[in-house]
Amino acid sequence: MSGPEIVRQWIDERVDLREMFAPLMEKTVPRHRFSHWYLLGGVTLFLFGVQVCTGLLLLLYYRPSMSEAYESVQYITNRVAFGWLVRSVHAWSANLMIFMAFAHMFSVAFLRAYRKPRELTWMSGMVLLFLCLGFGFSGYLLPWNMLSFFATKVGTEVPGRMPVIGHATLLFMRGGEDVGGATLARFFSLHVVVLPAITASMVLLHLLLVQKFGMSVPPSVEKEGHRFGSKVKFFPNYFLRDVMTWSVALMVLLVLAVIFPVELGKKADPFGSAPAGIRPEWYFLSQFQTLRLLPATILHIDGEVIGALAFGLAGALWVALPLLEGRLGRNGSRWARISVLGALVYLASTTLYAYFTT
Amino acid sequence: MATKVVSPPTSDPSQQLLKPKSRRKILRFLMGGSLAGVWMSLVYPLVRYLIPPAEANVATNEALAGAVGELKPNSAKTFRFGTHPALLIRLPNGEYQSMSAVCTHLGCTVQYQPGTQQVWCPCHNGRYDLNGRNIQGPPPRPLVTFDVKLRGEEIHVSRRQDA
Repeated sequence: MSGPEIVRQWIDERVDLREMFAPLMEKTVPRHRFSHWYLLGGVTLFLFGVQVCTGLLLLLYYRPSMSEAYESVQYITNRVAFGWLVRSVHAWSANLMIFMAFAHMFSVAFLRAYRKPRELTWMSGMVLLFLCLGFGFSGYLLPWNMLSFFATKVGTEVPGRMPVIGHATLLFMRGGEDVGGATLARFFSLHVVVLPAITASMVLLHLLLVQKFGMSVPPSVEKEGHRFGSKVKFFPNYFLRDVMTWSVALMVLLVLAVIFPVELGKKADPFGSAPAGIRPEWYFLSQFQTLRLLPATILHIDGEVIGALAFGLAGALWVALPLLEGRLGRNGSRWARISVLGALVYLASTTLYAYFTT
Repeated sequence: MATKVVSPPTSDPSQQLLKPKSRRKILRFLMGGSLAGVWMSLVYPLVRYLIPPAEANVATNEALAGAVGELKPNSAKTFRFGTHPALLIRLPNGEYQSMSAVCTHLGCTVQYQPGTQQVWCPCHNGRYDLNGRNIQGPPPRPLVTFDVKLRGEEIHVSRRQDA
């Protein structure tokens, strides 16, 4: 018997590998014309893995203080061998991960995979999306450049305008009245400790729920009689398809990171003017454009207060989409489809509007 | 002949309290209450810890903005007024004007635009005139303006007394 086989047998005698992996081996994935949309969740998870790996590498050199943060990122980019590549992959992978998370969310929304009994899967997924945005927001500040400084200033000011709890929220986020060293320390610990810990447990819950309920077959496919339709085994058939997709994602990621390495910009100056053409990362452009378009006051209330409340309300309604659809009875599915389409159109149009006008 | 045991009616309220069900209720209340107390005594300091202590609010009334001759007419610079940035503008006629550089919309730092002779916030495209009045875009309030005094070669800026 070969070495690895002896080890496998030794473990098998103790934990019964067959029984342990039975759920995975017996899992099947429905095969129909929308099956490829199932791949998006896996790609998002893969990119999260890339983030963890490259993030750990960046941690070896990054120093989270006002006087050293920018310089340490400069050091990583210019002095450390392949430091530019690690940083560039981390930044690009972050963007791709958020893009894939949005694509996954909309595919689930359009195929109405959130219906009973999968409401909790949808909600845990939404929490994961918010966590991704939290990663993006907190990580953006860490290089401590002009853009990140003002993005953080505005990004913390918006929740700070909420009635009653606004100021406490602002102080909690900034670690003081202004964006400074305390903010950097908070964002750093959030980015590398708090968010990864919460995300890891959320991913586990999300995957357990996906495993428990299996993949949802879209209602339109079900109507066509998919009930008796074909399935593929998850392992190894579908898993190999996953691995293929991940390989493509990795190649795209490397090409982007090498051809368009991320820039560092100028060091943050808390007393300097915000540079012209300043705008947040693309995934916050929709909110950014909304804030630009809102008038100074609406019914004697400041426009940005209305904006902050509207973002919160829209987010809450979106998370509750499966419950609302159930509440609306027979018309529920139609309303849900209109809302999903409306949300996509609004997000896409305001994002493009901001992109081409700043 | 079977004897029937009849329990005496419980008229005494203290005896009623001792009924197993009510005793359980009381114990649950006491246990639950003390557990909640223990949790609160943990949560309260935690929440307070997360919100940083208030900073000593040293109200700045005056700051050195720059030197005479530093700015050409129709140009501006930012300087530090206490803990916040402020703007010193030299108007085309050579006079000085100063105001807070913190946009009243969402706190970005504004800049002077020589072309339009307006103060502009690049974050959300808000505009103010040279008196700090919000004239376009989302800013809800005007910028706080300061008094400018020349002392020898130095330009000093101070908070308006009526403000």
